[in-house]
Amino acid sequence: MLRIPCPWCGLRDQSEFRYGGPAERQRPVRPDAASNEEWSAYLFYRDNPRGEYRERWWHEYGCRQWFAVTRDTVTHEFAPGGPVTGGRAE
Amino acid sequence: MSQPFRLREGGRIDRSRRLDFRFNGRRLEGHAGDTLASALLANGVHFVARSFKYHRPRGIYTAGEEEPSALVEVGTGDRRTPSCRATQVPLTAGLTARSQLGWPYPGFDLGRVFDFTHRLWPAGFYNKTFKWPGWNVWEPMIRRLAGLGHAPRERDPDAYEQVNLHCDLLVCGAGPAGLAAAQVAARAGLRVVLAEQDGDFGGTLNQDAIELGGMPSGQWVAQVTQELGATPGVVLLPATTVCGVYDHLVTTLLQRGENTSWRECLWIVRPRRILLATGAIEQGLVFPGNDRPGIMLASAVRQYLNRYAVACGRRVVIATNNDSAYQTALDCHRAGIEVAAIVDSRSEVREELRGALQDAGVPVHPGSRIGATRGGRRVRAVRIEGADGSSRGGVATDLLAVSGGWAPRVHLLCHARGRLHYDPAQRCFVAARVPYGFVLAGSVSGMAGLQTALVSGVRAARQACRELGFAPPSTELPIATRSALEPGVTGEAVFAASRQRQWIDLAHDVTLHDAELAVREGFDAVEHFKRFTTSGMAVDQGKTGNLNAFSALAAITGRAIEAIGTTTYRPPYVPMTLGALASAGYGERFAPRRYLPAHVVHRHLGAHFQDYGGWQRPECYPREGESPRASIERECLAVRNGVGVFDNSPIGKIEVRGPDAAEFLHRVYLNDVHGLETGCIRYGPILNENGVIIDDGVFARLAPDHFLVNTTSGGLGRILGLFEELQQCDWPDLQVVTDDVTSKWANFTVAGPLARDLLAPLIRGLDLAPQALPHMRLGTGFLGDLPVRVLRVSFSGEASYEINLPADAAAQALGLLLDKGEPLGVTPYGIEALMLLRLEKGYLHFGTDTDGMTTPDDVGWGEIARRKPADFLGKRSLARPGNLDPGRRQLVGIVPLAADGPLTPGAHLLLGDSRRLPQPTDGWITSAAWSPTLRRHIGLALVRAGRSHLGEVVTAFDLGRRQAARLVAPTFFDPQNERLRT
Repeated sequence: MLRIPCPWCGLRDQSEFRYGGPAERQRPVRPDAASNEEWSAYLFYRDNPRGEYRERWWHEYGCRQWFAVTRDTVTHEFAPGGPVTGGRAE
Repeated sequence: MSQPFRLREGGRIDRSRRLDFRFNGRRLEGHAGDTLASALLANGVHFVARSFKYHRPRGIYTAGEEEPSALVEVGTGDRRTPSCRATQVPLTAGLTARSQLGWPYPGFDLGRVFDFTHRLWPAGFYNKTFKWPGWNVWEPMIRRLAGLGHAPRERDPDAYEQVNLHCDLLVCGAGPAGLAAAQVAARAGLRVVLAEQDGDFGGTLNQDAIELGGMPSGQWVAQVTQELGATPGVVLLPATTVCGVYDHLVTTLLQRGENTSWRECLWIVRPRRILLATGAIEQGLVFPGNDRPGIMLASAVRQYLNRYAVACGRRVVIATNNDSAYQTALDCHRAGIEVAAIVDSRSEVREELRGALQDAGVPVHPGSRIGATRGGRRVRAVRIEGADGSSRGGVATDLLAVSGGWAPRVHLLCHARGRLHYDPAQRCFVAARVPYGFVLAGSVSGMAGLQTALVSGVRAARQACRELGFAPPSTELPIATRSALEPGVTGEAVFAASRQRQWIDLAHDVTLHDAELAVREGFDAVEHFKRFTTSGMAVDQGKTGNLNAFSALAAITGRAIEAIGTTTYRPPYVPMTLGALASAGYGERFAPRRYLPAHVVHRHLGAHFQDYGGWQRPECYPREGESPRASIERECLAVRNGVGVFDNSPIGKIEVRGPDAAEFLHRVYLNDVHGLETGCIRYGPILNENGVIIDDGVFARLAPDHFLVNTTSGGLGRILGLFEELQQCDWPDLQVVTDDVTSKWANFTVAGPLARDLLAPLIRGLDLAPQALPHMRLGTGFLGDLPVRVLRVSFSGEASYEINLPADAAAQALGLLLDKGEPLGVTPYGIEALMLLRLEKGYLHFGTDTDGMTTPDDVGWGEIARRKPADFLGKRSLARPGNLDPGRRQLVGIVPLAADGPLTPGAHLLLGDSRRLPQPTDGWITSAAWSPTLRRHIGLALVRAGRSHLGEVVTAFDLGRRQAARLVAPTFFDPQNERLRT
């Protein structure tokens, strides 16, 4: 079980959180104008880096805030996180 | 004579307390402070178990958790516990234990046939032997023969506890290093947890005659323990094994209860640092016939002697490759046990050791080894041979104490992905990379010797203090003024050819021959080797044998042991009971139960309750003598012909409010939201970005900037999370808030042709006439004195009113509806009747008639989705080629051809010729039931291009049964929707 630093509540058990995938995922500005390849890339293709990865967590059983945080995928080390920025573009 | 092998004096047992116990039906006696193993040895009982595969007699090999052989069943009836290590079972009055293998009884075991025919059963035999006619033929037979003990069939009568704890430093092991470390850390003000698997703190200090600073070591242990116990913030956990280390240092500890209301306690500790002071485990020696009862680790012999005052034999031979076993020889000699010989594989033995033993008249054989052993239920004699195989004579003996060197307990380090490397000087694996958060002390830090252990403990604690920002205090270290012999230079493992078998893993009966076979068959990588031979995979995880197994592999393949590497240690370090893991979380406490706000009324009505997504909901309301099925049909017909009341309170309710509330929902739902007028209701599905339906329900506009969203009761959490993510991450510019109000509101559905007749006199301030409040409209009024919101929505196909009101008034309101409705024959109906009603109408039930691939078009919502010009969640995906495929499965109705045949949900369907099988499925039945209204069987099905096959006959397959059925339009009852508009 990971222990995740919520920017608002501090270090809490993973069981309080829900994972939300990569922190910044750019939705195509006009989905209807996106090609099938572009749309598939948005939907399905994810980086799987060895090392630092910025991802979204939702503190569901806590402050209910979504936040972005950087985790090292090798060591599970977290860097302090903050609000999600650069989400779905309109 | 009772306890003939108990020494007259010494030991840490309480001789004033005699404890009777039974072993294999024999009445025996021990003392308080004994383990089952030490009490058995005090009575001269060595043969305590049968081995796993060959059913050979086995004895007690160790004195601790590393025991590979002495597995026993403890307790009877519902307290029977299999696979207990006799070395770790504290002796209690009346304890009952037995050997767990051995049939018809342990003394005479027919399973010995496997031993006499051992050549037929080499490693991997079952992978090769039982392939024909098939494993399933052999499995039941093998299951009866194999296995370790029997789990009780009765419910566990004991209580278990679980405790969560945060601390600065978790010290694993309360030997000299751990105690010294804990003392420093506690003095520095750290919150310290000190865990020791033994019931007593002290570790090796309890095993050997040691003096610290001129005082007996026991006195020092007592002093330190007392100081720690008096320090606030320090938690002392004796009889507690650290079982596993997980991510971010989350650690599980298992504590055995003694005279407690609980049997075991699982501690989940979240320390900021872990200090490992877990010591080392003596390894066995591999030689011909090395598995007989009476062959024990030298340190165990010493521990039984010094701690429990038990002589494990009268005449001992010692076989070793290091110095520490000489201490056993000296201690045995001092206790009056005859030491017949010391067999040392090293050609060089330190002069002072030889001298000390020669003074005692003990012959020392350097450069030699055990060539063979004899004895059935107890070792009787050994043959000593030189390195070249030349015989150096036989020796009669009843105890063979062996030492193959020492391996640090690095297991917990490996749980946290620490790396090991082979240290040729100490001939064992030591820590190469220390993971984050760990500090090491004592043997695991690679420092052997009592004084260095004490020093390393203090040093490690100081390091932890500094890392955590505490000032390390100055401490005086005790000086070891008398200590036991250290291992010194450990000799290499030697493997000699012999006709007798040589065990490298006692617990799983793995021999040197098996190791050779594994290499011959190509399993020479260490992880393959382990799985092929199953060496190190038994209950003990090879704690006393792994090093020998790796050495054997190295010797057979001619590689250096450094090149072999190790296998992976995984949690738990010792077996854990399911009881401790479950703790109180079973039965009623397995998951929290949610009750409807009017639960008491439903109970009064005689409802059958069922768990629906955590909610206890009425399934039906059978009358006296009525079957549930009859009840469901009666309830269903009451709604069709009169009026029924349904408690729909668990339905998910989210309020969405703000200037951009309409825009927010417009981007979410596949239907138009902006065009929805205040006071109007709409039904719609919510999709994920893949275009798959993830929930459905109605939403109502309460005010221009205020919406009420209904979700399925199971989908609430999912939709709530989605809304929060959209608001916080994706559309932070929208001015909107969402709030879950599910538990604040009760929700009663009043449905049926007489629904308005029931409600009109009861509801004040709201005109229920169809023109004033038509289908899919809402209004507010009063039910008695209660303010209510009334929504005209229908999941039954009848005119239907959903009454929303504050949850705390639910029981009162339901009572009122039933009371005033009595003249109209109002009938409470449960979930099963609701499911029938909606099936008759062909309303899909999300999750039953849809799955993780269902898109709007599959269930008939394609046109509405296509007509909406604005973007919404999942819209783009609906245009992906896979979602435009005309061969997608579509929701249709289905009826059986034969009038009497019920349809089975889950039955697979074939559209065309069904004679040739197997064929890929064309779909399946999702819902099916007998319709009491229509008096026939009906169902819904997801069928490949189903809408273009309406009217066709298909074949349904269910568990070998075939049935002809016809695909029809999904609405069976009132397709014109006339009834719900009245």
